[in-house]
Amino acid sequence: MRISIYRYDPDRDEKPYMKEYDVAVEPGDRMLLDLLVKVKAIDDGVAFRRSCREGVCGSDAMNINGKNGLACITRIADLKEPVELRPLPGLPVIRDLIVDMTQFFDQYHSIRPYLVNDEPPPERERLQSPEERAELDGLYECILCACCSTSCPSFWWNPDKFVGPAGLLNAYRFLADSRDRATNERLDNLEDPYRLFRCHTIMNCVDVCPKSLNPTRAIGKIKEMMVKRTV
Amino acid sequence: MALPIRTFDAVVVGAGGAGLRAALQLAEAGLRVAVLSKVFPTRSHTVAAQGGIGAALGNMGEDSWLWHMYDTVKGSDWLGDQDAIEYVCREAPRVVIELEHFGMPFDRNDDGTVYQRPFGGHMQNMGAGPAVQRSCCAADRTGHALLHTLYQRNVRANTQFFVEWMALDLVRDASGQVLGVTALEMETGEVYVLHARATLFATGGAGRIFASTTNAFINTGDGLGMAARAGIPLEDMEFWQFHPTGVAGAGVLITEGVRGEGGMLLNSTGERFMERYAPNAKDLASRDVVSRAMATEIKEGRGCGPNRDYVLLKLDHLGPEVIEKRLPGIREIAKKFANVDPVRDPIPVVPTVHYMMGGIPTNYRGEVVAPRGGDPNAVVPGFYAAGECGCASVHGANRLGTNSLTDLVVIGKAAGDSVIRFLAENPGRKDLPADAAEPTLARLARLDGQKNGESVHAVAEELRRTMQAHCGVFRFPDLLAEGVRRVRELVQRVARTEVKDKSRVFNTARVEALELDNLIEVARATMVSAEARKESRGAHDRADCHDRPGFPNGRDDANWLKHTLWYHDGDRLDYKPVNLKPLTAESIAPKARTY
Ligand SMILES: Cc1cc2nc3c(=O)[nH]c(=O)nc-3n(C[C@H](O)[C@H](O)[C@H](O)COP(=O)(O)OP(=O)(O)OC[C@H]3O[C@@H](n4cnc5c(N)ncnc54)[C@H](O)[C@@H]3O)c2cc1C
Ligand code: SF4
Ligand code: SF4
Ligand code: FES
Repeated sequence: MRISIYRYDPDRDEKPYMKEYDVAVEPGDRMLLDLLVKVKAIDDGVAFRRSCREGVCGSDAMNINGKNGLACITRIADLKEPVELRPLPGLPVIRDLIVDMTQFFDQYHSIRPYLVNDEPPPERERLQSPEERAELDGLYECILCACCSTSCPSFWWNPDKFVGPAGLLNAYRFLADSRDRATNERLDNLEDPYRLFRCHTIMNCVDVCPKSLNPTRAIGKIKEMMVKRTV
Repeated sequence: MALPIRTFDAVVVGAGGAGLRAALQLAEAGLRVAVLSKVFPTRSHTVAAQGGIGAALGNMGEDSWLWHMYDTVKGSDWLGDQDAIEYVCREAPRVVIELEHFGMPFDRNDDGTVYQRPFGGHMQNMGAGPAVQRSCCAADRTGHALLHTLYQRNVRANTQFFVEWMALDLVRDASGQVLGVTALEMETGEVYVLHARATLFATGGAGRIFASTTNAFINTGDGLGMAARAGIPLEDMEFWQFHPTGVAGAGVLITEGVRGEGGMLLNSTGERFMERYAPNAKDLASRDVVSRAMATEIKEGRGCGPNRDYVLLKLDHLGPEVIEKRLPGIREIAKKFANVDPVRDPIPVVPTVHYMMGGIPTNYRGEVVAPRGGDPNAVVPGFYAAGECGCASVHGANRLGTNSLTDLVVIGKAAGDSVIRFLAENPGRKDLPADAAEPTLARLARLDGQKNGESVHAVAEELRRTMQAHCGVFRFPDLLAEGVRRVRELVQRVARTEVKDKSRVFNTARVEALELDNLIEVARATMVSAEARKESRGAHDRADCHDRPGFPNGRDDANWLKHTLWYHDGDRLDYKPVNLKPLTAESIAPKARTY
C-alpha cells in the first residue's frame, strides 16, 4: 500500500514536504497504525505519537486522507490509496505528524476540568441516581485526542480565545454532574463572545470524533443553560 | 561533558494511576515536585483498564476486607506478602470512596451507591463462595474514568508536569542513596539531571517484552531497567499474568467483566469447558487457571477457527441492553478488532500477556527495599516505587482482576506519604556525585556513534519472539534453558543497535532505542528467574513440576515459598522469605488451591 506522509524536521528541513512509502499489507495488519509501524521500520526518522493501539489513549490523532482520525482504529480496508497523512490541522507542527498541543490543553484547563464541591464529603460515596449518572454518558468518555477541535474552523481562527469543541464538551461534563456545585461560575466562565459563542454549529467536530461523541449537542446544552438562568 | 541540573524536592517518574495518586499527595503537601511522563498523563496505559477496581464496599450484598484479603492471598498462590495484602484490602474502600469524591463517574445502583460487578477469584466467606460483587466500575472504561479523574484532581492541585520527558537513568551516590534521575526532553532533545531529595517510580508495566500483549507500546519497563542498572534487584520476575481473553491475533483486551456479567468460554464442540477445570467458580476462576485451561483445550485440538488456535467468548445471551449499558467499549473493540458484533456472535480469544506481578521490591509503604547487612528488606534511602512497576508484593504469583487499580491508588498514596515523611525527617540535600551523568552520557554517545549496527526494530522483534516462544503459559525446562542462552545473545545485539535518525527534535527512534535498553533487562530478569524456579506456582507453570502427592498443582512450599531477587550484575539470583504475617489479621496458611 502506498502511503504519503507529511515530513518536516526543523533540525534539518527548510520546509515541509510529502514523502511516499510503499509497504506490504500482511494478514496480521488491520489498522493504519500497523502500517505506520512498518514505515518506521524502513525509515526510523518518521515521527508520530502512539501508545495504546486500541483507540483509548488519544495519542495518534492525525489527518488521514483529509479527515481527522486515530490511526490505530482506522481500518486499512477502508482507506483509499495513496493514503495521505498529515498532522492535525491548525496547530503548530513540532515534527512530521507530531503537533504542539499546548493551545488545545490550555483550553481544556481553562474550563476548570475537575469536580467542584466544597461541602464536607460524606463518610461514604455521594449518592447519584442511575439517571443522574446517565447524564455523563457521551461526555466523560472524551480521550482528548483533539480530532474535533482541530477540524473546527472557529478553533483554527481563534485557538487562544475559543474554547473549542473538546473543551466545551468537557465543560458540560461537569455542568451535567449532579455532584458539582459550580454551575454559575462555570457559566460565567463561558459567557463571552469568543469562549462559547464562536461555535457556529458547523458540526465538523461531531463528524470526526473517533469516540462518537457529540460536542455540538453539549454546546447546545450549555447555551440552553445560559438562556435559562437569564429568564 | 556535564549536563544541566534542575533541583526539586521530589521527582515522580510516571503519570498513570499510581504516579498521579502519589503526585496528588505531594502537590497537596505543597512540595516542589516534577512529574515526568513519556506521554501526556491521560495517555498512560491505566486509561485502558476496563473491568473495575476492587474494594469491599458491600454495596451489592455482604462483603468484608478480610474476604478480599483471603481471595488475594489465595489468588497469589501464597506468594503475596500478607502485610501488604492486608493493607491494600483494608484501605481499598477508603481510596475508592475518595475517588468518588474526586468526581470519578462510577456506575450506580438504584439507591445511588456505586455499582459493583463480580470478577474472577473474588468470593464470599473466606473463599468458600459463592462469587461476590466487589468490582467498582464505570461501564467497561474504569481505567479511563480513574485516570482522567486523577489527572483532573492534579490540575486542581497545580501539579507540575513534565510531559514527554523520558527518564533515562537513576542517580545514586556511593552510599546507595537515590538522588534523582537523568531525563530527556523529547521535543528539544536536551538531557538534564533532575536532582531530587526523593525519587518515586510509577512507570507501569513491561508487556512489550512479549510478542502478544494487552500492553501499550510505551509499556517498556523503564523503571525496572533503570533500577536494575543502578544495582537494585528485581523481584519475582518469573510471574507474568496471561489474561484469558485477548482478541485472537490483535492482543487487545476483552475484560473479565464480560464473564463477570455472565459471559462464558466455549471450545470447538460448543462445550463450556471451564466447568471441568473449575467446577465451582467456572469461568470466574483465577486468571492463571482459566488461561491454562484454554491453552490445554487448544493444545488438545479443541480450539476453534481454521487453525484451531483460539476459543470463543460468548455473551450474546446477556442481551443487547446489558451489553450496551455495561460493556459498550467491548462491543466497540470486538467490532473493530475481531470483526464480530458480540450482540450476535462470540469473540475469538486467546490467553495474552497482560500483567507483570514482579517488579522493583518495596514494602507496603512504597519504600524500595533491597537486601543489605543481613536484612532482606533494608530501605533504599530516597527511593520509592508504586503501581505495576513495584512489587510490594500484593499479587504474589498471580494477580486477581481489579486488584491492580486498587494497588495503584492505595500504594500510590502511601508512597506519596512516605516521601513526605522522608523529606520532613531529612531536610538537607545531598550533593550529586561527580559522575552522576556518566551512565547516561555513555549510552547516548554509544548510540549516536554506532556504525553498521542492527536496527532497533529488528532486535526488539527478535526479543519479543524469543520471550513468547520460551516463556509462555506452559514452561518447559529445555525451552527455558535455551531461552536464557538466547536472551544473553540478545544482550550483545542490543548493545550494538543503530539509529539512523540523528535529529534532536522529537527523535522517537532514539526513544525506542533507549527503551530497548530497559526491555532487555526485564526480559533477562524474567527468563533467568523462570529457569531457576523449579516448581509450578500461580502464573509460573513448569511442565516438569506438576500435580504430585504432597505437591498440589506442582507447588513446592518446602523449597520455593520465597521471593526471587534478580540482579543485573552477572544475572545473580538471591531469595527472600515471603511475609505470611499480616498487620492485624490472622495469617492465612498455605493450602492447595482449587476453584
Ligand atoms: C487492557 C488492560 C486492562 C486492564 N484492566 C484492569 C482492570 O480492570 N482492573 C485492574 O485492576 N487492572 C487492570 N489492568 C491492569 C492495570 O490497568 C495496570 O496494571 C495499571 O493501570 C498500571 O498503572 P501504573 O500507574 O502502574 O502505570 P501506567 O498507567 O502504565 O503508567 C506508566 C506511566 O509511566 C510513564 N513512564 C514510563 N516510563 C517512563 C520514563 N522512562 N520516563 C518518564 N515516564 C515514564 C508513562 O508515560 C506513564 O505515565 C488492565 C491492564 C490492561 C493492559
Ligand atoms: S459545531 Fe461548533 S465546535 Fe463543532 S466544529 Fe462547528 S463551530 Fe466548531
Ligand atoms: S470530543 Fe471526541 S474528538 Fe474531541 S477530543 Fe474528545 S474524543 Fe477527541
Ligand atoms: S494509539 Fe492510543 S488512541 Fe491510537
